[in-house]
Amino acid sequence: MSATPIAVRRPLWRRLIGFNMLTGLALGCGGWFLGGWIGGWMAVHHNYLQSATSCNGCGGTDQNDVGIYMGYLFAVIGWLVGLGFLNYPIARLRGRPPSMKHHETTSWTRYFKLCTDHKVVGIQYLFGVGIFFFIGGLNAMLMRTELLRPVEQPWPAGQYLTLVSLHGTMMIMMTSAFILGPFGNYFVPIMIGARRMAFPRIESLTFWLVPAAGLILMSAIAFGGLPFGWTGYAPLADQARAGADAYVMAFILISISLTLVGLNLMATILTMRAPGMTWRRLPIFVWGVLSTSVLQVLAAPVLLATMTMVLMDRATNTSFFLASAGGSQYLYENLFWFFGHPEVYILALPGFGIVLEILPVFARKPLWGYPLAVAGMVGVTLLSFMVWQHHLFVSGLNAGLRPFYMLTTELISIPTGFIFLNAMGTLWRARIRFTVPMLFALAFFFNFLIGGLSGVFVSDVPSDVTTHGSYFVMAHFHYTIMGGLVFAFFAAVYYWLPKMLGVTLNETLGKIHFWLMFVFFNLTFFPLFAAGFLDMPRRVSTYAPGLQTLNDFVSASAFVLGFSMLIFIANLVWSLVFVREPAAENPWASRGLEWQLPTPIPVDNFERIPVITNGPYEYGVAGAAPVAQLTPGALPAAGS
Amino acid sequence: MTEIAGNEIVPQRVPHHWWKIVGTWLVLVAISEPLIVLVLGPHLPPGRMSAEAGAQTDANVVLTALLVPIMLLVWVVFVYSFVVWRSRDAAVVDGPPIKGHAGTQLLWIVITGAIVIALAAWGSYTLVASSHGAGGGQGPNPADQPKGASHALAIQVIGQQWEWTFRYPSYGGFESRDLAIPDHTLVAFHVTSLDVTHSFWAYGLGVKADAVAGVDNVAYVNARKTGFFQIRCAELCGLWHGHMAKKGRVLSFAGFQAWAKAAKTKNAAIQKYLSPYNPWYFPAPLRRAG
Repeated sequence: MSATPIAVRRPLWRRLIGFNMLTGLALGCGGWFLGGWIGGWMAVHHNYLQSATSCNGCGGTDQNDVGIYMGYLFAVIGWLVGLGFLNYPIARLRGRPPSMKHHETTSWTRYFKLCTDHKVVGIQYLFGVGIFFFIGGLNAMLMRTELLRPVEQPWPAGQYLTLVSLHGTMMIMMTSAFILGPFGNYFVPIMIGARRMAFPRIESLTFWLVPAAGLILMSAIAFGGLPFGWTGYAPLADQARAGADAYVMAFILISISLTLVGLNLMATILTMRAPGMTWRRLPIFVWGVLSTSVLQVLAAPVLLATMTMVLMDRATNTSFFLASAGGSQYLYENLFWFFGHPEVYILALPGFGIVLEILPVFARKPLWGYPLAVAGMVGVTLLSFMVWQHHLFVSGLNAGLRPFYMLTTELISIPTGFIFLNAMGTLWRARIRFTVPMLFALAFFFNFLIGGLSGVFVSDVPSDVTTHGSYFVMAHFHYTIMGGLVFAFFAAVYYWLPKMLGVTLNETLGKIHFWLMFVFFNLTFFPLFAAGFLDMPRRVSTYAPGLQTLNDFVSASAFVLGFSMLIFIANLVWSLVFVREPAAENPWASRGLEWQLPTPIPVDNFERIPVITNGPYEYGVAGAAPVAQLTPGALPAAGS
Repeated sequence: MTEIAGNEIVPQRVPHHWWKIVGTWLVLVAISEPLIVLVLGPHLPPGRMSAEAGAQTDANVVLTALLVPIMLLVWVVFVYSFVVWRSRDAAVVDGPPIKGHAGTQLLWIVITGAIVIALAAWGSYTLVASSHGAGGGQGPNPADQPKGASHALAIQVIGQQWEWTFRYPSYGGFESRDLAIPDHTLVAFHVTSLDVTHSFWAYGLGVKADAVAGVDNVAYVNARKTGFFQIRCAELCGLWHGHMAKKGRVLSFAGFQAWAKAAKTKNAAIQKYLSPYNPWYFPAPLRRAG
């Protein structure tokens, strides 16, 4: 187009029409009915798809799983079409020129559609993940309400199990696994001196698959619930009604998204670093993201394959995991944990990266033992693929291999220990400033230490025979994921939000949030180690009456813990909507490259690709060069 | 990774930091270790009702006694740093640019490595050699068999939604809803399931073995004391997972013989409806039952 169109502000209703979330929802709903109809037609015309008559030993079902899956599939396709994911391929097929700028508008509506600006995707992730974290947390509150009494009150057993499964699935798959979403997408390109991610449309796709998966997962509430926990072990999940189909479909979408997130971040970090960004100058957060990406790319496809097999077991009468028809549930357990244990470190490594990134800024010292921190992350990445059978110590599988898995599991504590040594070294003779992000980062180490050391109990087979499947395990992984990753997440939120949203969060409210969350997190989860030792199994809605006092104490603490989240939300709304105090460009006096840019960061991040001249942690080094030359005038402008 | 002097003109003498930290830590360890071993230790689960439970209790005591000092050391370093190196300046002042210390890092790797290797070696020894599987399920072909395993008293544990039943093949294969075992006798639990995966957890006995349909999962136990123990299900198995709880009993050998005789008579009426004794059974499970 030669003439520039005159910018006319269109009315609101007109701006709502187009390729955006609303259209996606409408087409998704349409797709659900269309797919259900097609699936029904398929099942009627192909008897083998739906075993109304029972095959030998596999029993009959009165449910058309094919129709349900086709409904979900078409709903997802409709959702993505409505968001505009087909526009680019169709334009290319028709010979139109590619356009990427097209999506990078400055209107607020860009947050509700396909946008290829990695900063917009980062914000989308922040709020998307935040909403799922809130829903998952609400489930936890409802669970603790049930556990106030040792009998099934006030929720019936089935509802309680659905709450348990929703909480677990949502927290692990839609919240914790996407901790890279907000900060990885937003800051990795900026930290390495790039203008965008390697695959911007795929980046947007990874985000928009998550709400689709979340909505599908929540639809399980209406379709019979999820009475099988987040692990969905084979014969139990096969018993469940259509809710299990929602679970399978959600996991399939999430595993696709996780794989693509990993590929995208890996490609970005490997190929798009600015000149001078050597591996020794790479911010430690980027190292954490890189190792997480490797795990995601290697582990998430296994989940995709596993869930596809479950889908076939349910919809097309295969029997990969059904012992009654010649399959094996051990196969499911192996496949699930071969994904599931690296997944645990997908949750841990970004936390390591975040806290080690924040620590030097507020200790005003270089990151102590930088190569050791990198070695720790790489070591965890490598070892995490060799430990999965420690989830199956008493399953009756490969009992002779238990010493091996005990050894590999305990070996992981060596690289994890590096991270603690880095932290202690960085604090040594430092000038520590206890800002809100620093408090959260330090709490990470307090909690993760308890989580890690309690992990030694469950990795030791004789001790694990006591603790396996009990509340001890539950307390252990909540100390690592909630006490570790979620505290790191809040550290990152308080640290980076001034750059991301351009406003300062209220510090007093932040400190109240921190202290309430820290104290009541520990009061909630530490007694649960005792509950596990006192033979309380996980995922029960009824328990020994003698444990009621303990459980009531835990529930009361959990409610205060939940309340602390409301303080955070209040702080966010107060600072973002009412006060709107603009943040300084570098409020923490950080050397990080992202803090050298203006707030808000321009669409293309850098006017010219910067030349990295120094590492990001040279605090206190006399005459240290700045981290980068932002306007390398002598150099040619590098198009990215 | 050697220490870089940086802009420090006069190197500060700092060894007293180490001595204060180590001193505080030693005091805390001296206070906590007797408490752990003497006060907490006797209460750690699962008790000493069987040899296997004893091995687990030992593991829990040793691990607590070993890991608490590590935790205390890290905490002392952290808290010491907070107190001593807290910045009290209004302005942002940088600290000394120490980037690492090869000796400290090497020492840390060696010490944590040694602890980990020792833990794994000790854990493997108790698992394989001294407690023969530590009461955990070992599958149909147990890797760690105790002496005289072929003469062990076999008891089949059958999990189903949502009840445990027990069969005694040495006593004509009768089935009972109650579990009793003799003391000072090697017992082999053959755990299996009729439907979904359960996990047989005899808490006081220190036994845990997954009940899997089509699998004969063997766990050995040698009870040392008579009394009651708690039975639970430790793997989510559907709606009434929490209700799969009952009490089992350890009896003297004579008491067990009498109990078995009485139980056989009591359950004789249902014997003809049972399928013959098998290592595992294959009924068609309910599908879409939830």
